[in-house]
Amino acid sequence: MKYYDKLIFELSKKGRTAYSLPKVTLPCRMEKELDESLARTEPLELPEVSEVDVVRHYTALSQMNFGVDTGFYPLGSCTMKYNPKINEEIAAMQSFAALHPLQPKETTEGAERVIAELDAALAAITGMRHFTFKPCAGAHGELTGLMIIREYHLSRGDMKRTKIIVPDSAHGTNPASAAACGLEIVEAKSNADGLVDVEDLRPLLDDTIAGIMMTNPNTLGLFEKDICRIATLVHEAGGLLYYDGANMNPLLGKVRPGDMGFDVMHLNLHKTFSTPHGGGGPGSGPVGVCEKLVPFLGVNTSGYHGNFGVMLRAYAYILMLGRENVKLAGPLAVLNANYIKESLKHKYKLPITSVCKHEFVFDGLINDGAKEGVAGATTLDVAKRLLDYGFHAPTIYFPLLFHQALMIEPTETESKETLDDFIAVMEQIADEAAQDANILHEAPHATPISRPDETTAARNPILHY
Amino acid sequence: MNKFPYFPHTDEDLRLMLARVGVESLDDLYSDVPDDFLYKGEYDLKPAMSEQEVRAYFEGLADRNSHLTCFVGQGAYDHYTPSVVPYITQRSEFLTAYTPYQCEISQGTLRYIFEYQSMVCRLTGMDVSNASMYDGPTAAAEAMRMAIACARKKDTVLLSSTLLPQVIDVVKTYAKYYGARIVMISAEDGQTSRDALSALLESDDTIAGVILPSINRYGIIEDHSSFADAVHAKKAILIEYCDLSTLAVLKTPAEWGADVAVGDGQSLGIPLCYGGPYVGFMACRKDYLRKLPGRIVGQTLDKDGKRVFVLTLQAREQHIRREKATSNICSNESLMALWVTVYLSLMGSEGMKEVNELSYDGAHYLYDELLKTGKFEKVFDRPFLKEFVLKPLIDVQSLQTKLYNAGFFAALQTEEGYVTFCVTEKRTVDEMNRLISIIKED
Repeated sequence: MKYYDKLIFELSKKGRTAYSLPKVTLPCRMEKELDESLARTEPLELPEVSEVDVVRHYTALSQMNFGVDTGFYPLGSCTMKYNPKINEEIAAMQSFAALHPLQPKETTEGAERVIAELDAALAAITGMRHFTFKPCAGAHGELTGLMIIREYHLSRGDMKRTKIIVPDSAHGTNPASAAACGLEIVEAKSNADGLVDVEDLRPLLDDTIAGIMMTNPNTLGLFEKDICRIATLVHEAGGLLYYDGANMNPLLGKVRPGDMGFDVMHLNLHKTFSTPHGGGGPGSGPVGVCEKLVPFLGVNTSGYHGNFGVMLRAYAYILMLGRENVKLAGPLAVLNANYIKESLKHKYKLPITSVCKHEFVFDGLINDGAKEGVAGATTLDVAKRLLDYGFHAPTIYFPLLFHQALMIEPTETESKETLDDFIAVMEQIADEAAQDANILHEAPHATPISRPDETTAARNPILHY
Repeated sequence: MNKFPYFPHTDEDLRLMLARVGVESLDDLYSDVPDDFLYKGEYDLKPAMSEQEVRAYFEGLADRNSHLTCFVGQGAYDHYTPSVVPYITQRSEFLTAYTPYQCEISQGTLRYIFEYQSMVCRLTGMDVSNASMYDGPTAAAEAMRMAIACARKKDTVLLSSTLLPQVIDVVKTYAKYYGARIVMISAEDGQTSRDALSALLESDDTIAGVILPSINRYGIIEDHSSFADAVHAKKAILIEYCDLSTLAVLKTPAEWGADVAVGDGQSLGIPLCYGGPYVGFMACRKDYLRKLPGRIVGQTLDKDGKRVFVLTLQAREQHIRREKATSNICSNESLMALWVTVYLSLMGSEGMKEVNELSYDGAHYLYDELLKTGKFEKVFDRPFLKEFVLKPLIDVQSLQTKLYNAGFFAALQTEEGYVTFCVTEKRTVDEMNRLISIIKED
């Protein structure tokens, strides 16, 4: 990766152009007819560049970026699996890309078939009855799913249910989505094994509880073994169970949330179903529900039919997987995670030693190299040092249950060789820390830039050119 | 092991890896899952297809869509996409990256978001922009929540009844569960009524914000002179809902005195794609920065003094603040933000002006010619840009069928019983003349 310091605005030179439009054949009327009072007065300053300037500039920017195609991306709870290329070609097909969302259904039969078949496939995989594809991302799915839960209670005249239980290990989006849905958050504590404490949960359940949001396996990568009891308790109290699909990957082909008693769930098609993350979207967060909630699936949370382009990619992936390969996706992801965990636990603190699912959490280095005059290497330091060796860092400082959390999720698309390379580098970093933690404090050394001054960025924000 | 291109494990790999983990089989990795929950049936999916079969399968489905020449907008506009845009956005370094949490290896993403924010600020006249929202309607819904968060103790947001139907619908959905009250402002002669707005502001002390369309559901360019003063006099905030492309020529939200600008950036060359992915945008005056939802990229220096870009002001966001965050948004539409950034870099201000002129001229030509057919009459006599409505004097159902059969998507019926048309620079005079001649035939 090479540092490149231009912004597109800085390439601008008056008189250059990068567009070509058809010749004007009709009389030019806008300038004459559009009343001044409705027209923009402030001049619009956009770059004036040639086409090659644009191509080289964005190519140079891309070369400062790391993606799944660049290398291993063990980012916990993000499921950075390989993004198949056929998916991109399918999504770009003109016969789909040119469809207007308001075209009548008789002219979009193919697209409607894709949606219906994807719905059926996701239902088969998850054990839910039907999905809505309106949500454009995971958090959007959470919000939509919670609206469905509220609508269900309201439809029964059950107006008191305004609280939702969220475990302390939940993704940050869970409480944020609940707040956006007008729900009051009641936190459920984890026990020493990192699981939801059923005894702690029991007293929280009353007739004001709309439901519980569960991530299973949770963000420590642990399967919530007591899910059956939890489901019974919550249902008996009149609440519903929400499944956060961000961690669905280890269950792909193995366990169906619908069978565990979940009433509502979302999936992240950009995680479990291989569509690219795009640097932070577009994603797709379809919400699936059990039979009795199907009447509430119509809750309208986005403009048209959701991110159809992402749905096409996910369906292409499901067709490639088929009923044979789907059964291996989750298990191989789990194998990869356990393989790394077992290979590194002699160098990194492993607070929870049981078998993990798709991800697991280390709590920093066993020997962080702290000595007189030298502070020990932190999780942030380890993460930054990994960048020097050509790996993306794991998720850090999450979940909040551990101070030095380092959350690793390899996914099933990584080979043993890739994992071995990563393990070797993680061992080397641990050895470096033990010898001289300063090497880590100053990392990264080999990236286009060094650590940024984030304090100044927030204190004196410069947010545009 | 099945041979499958996305699973690299050989039988030997499996054996060695299972041994390291200390289990005998893949099934043993699920020993913590109660047996009842292990799915033992056959998944009701199609048998695995080869890549060639997948391609053929989708080609078969694609053939069942009708390819229609598009003369409808209503929030999704058929503008031309220059080749460079998909070429750049398909670069895997952009496409397959995650959110730029590790800024040292994400300067590409961070820089284009900074450029995107800069361009949105220039188009809207606002001081700050976030890194994108899902789409226009959800951006409007977030603005509704932002207005209430800014106002404290006020729970009402006024919506113009001339906003696109899907915008009204989504804002109302969000409001219902969030606990906000929505009151509609009536329209007069096709635009938000200034008198109705004043009356509502006078009679109600709980109004936190007002959402108005810059170009409305009828395609009319609204005149918002003195609206901002009325809204600000009641200490509410003014939110303008805009079509980003048209702001190259129309009065900006800032020029109307608005505090927040939201809307969709789809009109900046993003394919229709049956409704998404598009890109919502949200920008505001700097006074409201701390209440702005979503990611924001800022400029700073690294340890060596180089100019670098980072995600900043994250204390507003869900992964830090959890339930106290300004929004639950996490993934947004980053790649689509790159899409519109590359598009705007190519078009420049001259290109943007020309796109709007070509659309304007085409739409006005079609408007005049359609009226000449005698099959429609005027509804409003108001300025429009690329989209307009007419009152049909003929049976719409049979007209539409005839148009589909001839390969056109046009004359979509609105809730009010009008028919709506839209013309972009992509529509040729020849296409318009063919459309008109089919309509004349009746």
